[in-house]
Amino acid sequence: MTKQVQQLDRVIIRFAGDSGDGMQLAGDRFTQETATFGNDLSTLPNFPAEIRAPAGTLPGVSSFQLHFADHDILTPGDAPDVLVAMNPAALKANLADVPRGGDIIANTDEFTKRNLAKVGYDASPLEDGSLDAYQLHAIPLTSVTVKALEGFDITRKDAERAKNMFALGLLSWLYNRPVDGTLKYLETRFAARPEILAANKAAFQAGWNYGETTEAFSVQYEVKPAPLKPGKYRNITGNVALAYGLVAASRRSGLPLFLGSYPITPASDVLHELSKLKRFGVRTMQAEDEISGVGAALGASFGGGLGVTTTSGPGMCLKAETIGLAASVELPLIICDIQRAGPSTGMPTKTEQADLLMAIFGRNGESPVAVVAPATPADCFDTALEAVRIAVKYRTPVIILSDGYLANGSEPWRIPSLDALPKLRDEFKFASGNVAVDGKAGPPFLPFARDQKTLARPWAVPGTPGLEHRIGGIEKADITGSISYDPDNHDKMVRLRQAKIDGIAADIAPVEVDDPDGSAKVLVLGWGSTYGSIGAAVRRVRLAGGAVAQAHLRHLSPFPANLGDVLRSYEKVLVPEINLGQLALLLRGRYLTDVVSYNRVRGLPFRASELADVIQDVIANV
Amino acid sequence: MSDDPMSDGTANGEAVAAEFPEPAHRFASLTLVPKADEKLATKDFKSDQEVRWCPGCGDYAILAAFQSFLPELEIPRENLVIISGIGCSSRLPYYVNSYGMHSIHGRAPAIATGLASSRPDLSVWVITGDGDALSIGGNHLIHALRRNVNIKILLFNNRIYGLTKGQYSPTSEQGKVTKSTPFGSLDTPFNPVSLAIGAEAGFVARTIDSDRKHLTSVLRAAADHKGTAFVEIYQNCPIYNDDAFAPVTEPGERDQRLIRLEQAQPIRFGADRSQGLRFGRYGALEAVPVAGSDPDSLLVHNAEETDPSYAFALSRLDSSDFAHTPIGVFRNVERPSYDELMSAQIDTARQQQGDGDLAELLAGADTWQVG
Ligand SMILES: Cc1ncc(C[n+]2csc(CCOP(=O)(O)OP(=O)(O)O)c2C)c(N)n1
Ligand code: SF4
Ligand SMILES: [Mg+2]
Repeated sequence: MTKQVQQLDRVIIRFAGDSGDGMQLAGDRFTQETATFGNDLSTLPNFPAEIRAPAGTLPGVSSFQLHFADHDILTPGDAPDVLVAMNPAALKANLADVPRGGDIIANTDEFTKRNLAKVGYDASPLEDGSLDAYQLHAIPLTSVTVKALEGFDITRKDAERAKNMFALGLLSWLYNRPVDGTLKYLETRFAARPEILAANKAAFQAGWNYGETTEAFSVQYEVKPAPLKPGKYRNITGNVALAYGLVAASRRSGLPLFLGSYPITPASDVLHELSKLKRFGVRTMQAEDEISGVGAALGASFGGGLGVTTTSGPGMCLKAETIGLAASVELPLIICDIQRAGPSTGMPTKTEQADLLMAIFGRNGESPVAVVAPATPADCFDTALEAVRIAVKYRTPVIILSDGYLANGSEPWRIPSLDALPKLRDEFKFASGNVAVDGKAGPPFLPFARDQKTLARPWAVPGTPGLEHRIGGIEKADITGSISYDPDNHDKMVRLRQAKIDGIAADIAPVEVDDPDGSAKVLVLGWGSTYGSIGAAVRRVRLAGGAVAQAHLRHLSPFPANLGDVLRSYEKVLVPEINLGQLALLLRGRYLTDVVSYNRVRGLPFRASELADVIQDVIANV
Repeated sequence: MSDDPMSDGTANGEAVAAEFPEPAHRFASLTLVPKADEKLATKDFKSDQEVRWCPGCGDYAILAAFQSFLPELEIPRENLVIISGIGCSSRLPYYVNSYGMHSIHGRAPAIATGLASSRPDLSVWVITGDGDALSIGGNHLIHALRRNVNIKILLFNNRIYGLTKGQYSPTSEQGKVTKSTPFGSLDTPFNPVSLAIGAEAGFVARTIDSDRKHLTSVLRAAADHKGTAFVEIYQNCPIYNDDAFAPVTEPGERDQRLIRLEQAQPIRFGADRSQGLRFGRYGALEAVPVAGSDPDSLLVHNAEETDPSYAFALSRLDSSDFAHTPIGVFRNVERPSYDELMSAQIDTARQQQGDGDLAELLAGADTWQVG
């Protein structure tokens, strides 16, 4: 049967089901197919913290949203054009986001009286007309999958499980996706279980055929590849990009990577990823707690390695004292905080940007450190390299503020050539040995004599003769590093440590403003993972004829040197943040300039449409 | 220990007698550490910093014994690293001319673990106190012991918080009256040796600040253990807990109470070494007169017994009245160290998968070409 083919420029699909329904996997595979096809894309996995929340309930709903297009896009999208709802809970939890006219593919098998009652439906929404405004495709996904798998030597449960592959096959047909990647993936995943492999392949194929041969779908869609910059691409999540960035930094600096880490959502995947990379000489240690993780990393840095620790908010609290020690002994240390919704345990799987002030100030005493934040999943790679550059050059802890959205979200990444990566080896030198010549020892080693330009102290690694020295958290005398309680010395050291961090501003890229014709009076300034939403909102405003400028901060401590001038050159500066205005507070205090703070702390990225309205409001009021 | 607490104990240059013979091979914990080109002396391990413990503090004696032992390691000074936490005891690294870090309260084992597991060419020592190691750092201590990274932990046990001026510690006896417990402390103390054995430590020993010869012999045995070695050192704090260990340090009394453990030797103690040990009911050890006891029931010390039950039973003899206090090496059982296993995993990965290829890693399995 030939179907009509309709061209679209972009589509947003949301797979939603019970945590056990395999929606993350289906979404992941669809993403990979879409990436291979050459669309630009952006993803948003959204899942409960509980591994198996009670089946069929609203808290148990897990979803995966994918936005793909024939042009470059910045966000996972606001409203899904297609919702796949594997059960009533998935429908109920997601329906409000689907615009009228959107497609809903619902698994009728799960719309039983009991399941409906669990989420408070009196009557089945598939039958009571309440979905009339949508394109409803009511399909018994479970039973057609089971039927398609009759004759396979597998249990009924295994057959039912394959329904996510049926749904994936159907969607793959609907959007004409290349399927080789998925088939290859299944072959590796189920290599040890041939019957399950055959069943999953068959379910996938049955889904595809269902679309092609039944009347349920009259149209097939086509989204042309996006004209991305020439090059070799892959799809990558933020956590993997971060791990790879750290390995690349290790290679480019010649410093062996040591990771000390304690598992915590959503940071664990960085530990998992790095643990696989022993062939790169990477040492990973799953510590007994976060304090031990960062302590071990600091020990490795003291030993001349690249010490890294990864965690999320609650773990950051525990690491504070050790980060302070690292700031005091002035050794390089990389701390990755994959932020999640707080306070306390908060919402482990949901995103937030509320650790900014903790990262900058959250230690006792004047304890300045550098802080950087990636803007997109792929940018985690470059940000890791930048963090290591600062850490090794200035001998300072550097905190990387990623978040749950960047960690699990993915996007196509143009794979960099190795030559294009920064030559970190040129950014630092270990202090060299000080050996006695003709029985005469050289001048005494001065562990706190600073480089005049960077103010960094020598990185004197154990094993180097003649540089034996003691460091610690007690205040040190300038230059000699001996214990000192001298009041003026302390004042001097406090200022020196701050001046060293402030001085980094001269060594980082100025903040760039995107203001196409220079006519904007309003600047939107963001940091971290809101880059995509802000960018998409800015585009909308411009399409509607509004003039607005956009700038985004990667460096949060110190700020780029030109930031004050940039702020002062706009009548209004809008700062959207997924917190209650932490960057805004810093900007007001530092530059004595007012900013309009826009804050929503829902555990989710901003919607572009919402931000566009906010920008329009600000423009209307200048 | 010399009577003058400020003395470093080496003035007369007397060689220290060894209870544990110096091994013919290099110390087992040092197989990956380079050998020194020249012979070093005690003075080479003294830093230019003025030592600032209270007069008479047991820490002086320990420092002196440690410094005069260090040349025996025969390693270059630059390959020695001492990491401490916070406390009076933790000031020690400042006084030794090696690499050192005076870190934060309780965390030295964690920092040392990162250093030692990434630099097997270093000899890494941890200096800690009873509060540092057993209160705030208890978690790191037990995990370091079970992890078995190649570090030597010296716990200076004065049964008090010295640096913060005399609060009770996790080793203070129940009922201890201090500033923070004017009506007596309520909690049961830890026995550090029992704790270490329970935490799967491979090497556990106890010694006393004032017994220079014994202290040195235990340091030697610790250095000869590859993996984590744990040494409890009874240390007198004359200011806040004076004579806490008097029953086992005062001549006369001492010999009634101390049980000196010597490998492969029958356990004998008390007046005229007339007492021995045997297993009683439910596996606890009991002291019995040698005379009249079945010779086969009397124990011969074996720190190398793999089952920790015996070492644990020995550690339980230690009671608050010091009626029977074993010192020496309780347990000395080697197993592969953490750093060694970590390096081996890296070597295996490189052999099996080849040295990491960054370009290949970044590209991954699913790529596509644009343009
Ligand atoms: C995080 C933290 N909490 C508390 C302290 C205060 N403090 C310093 S040393 C110490 C106890 C030290 O006792 P111990 O380890 O037995 O060492 P000693 O001084 O007896 O040698 C305390 C509570 C600190 N430095 N850091
Ligand atoms: S307070 Fe006690 S432990 Fe601390 S230095 Fe003085 S005597 Fe030694
Ligand atoms: Mg103490």
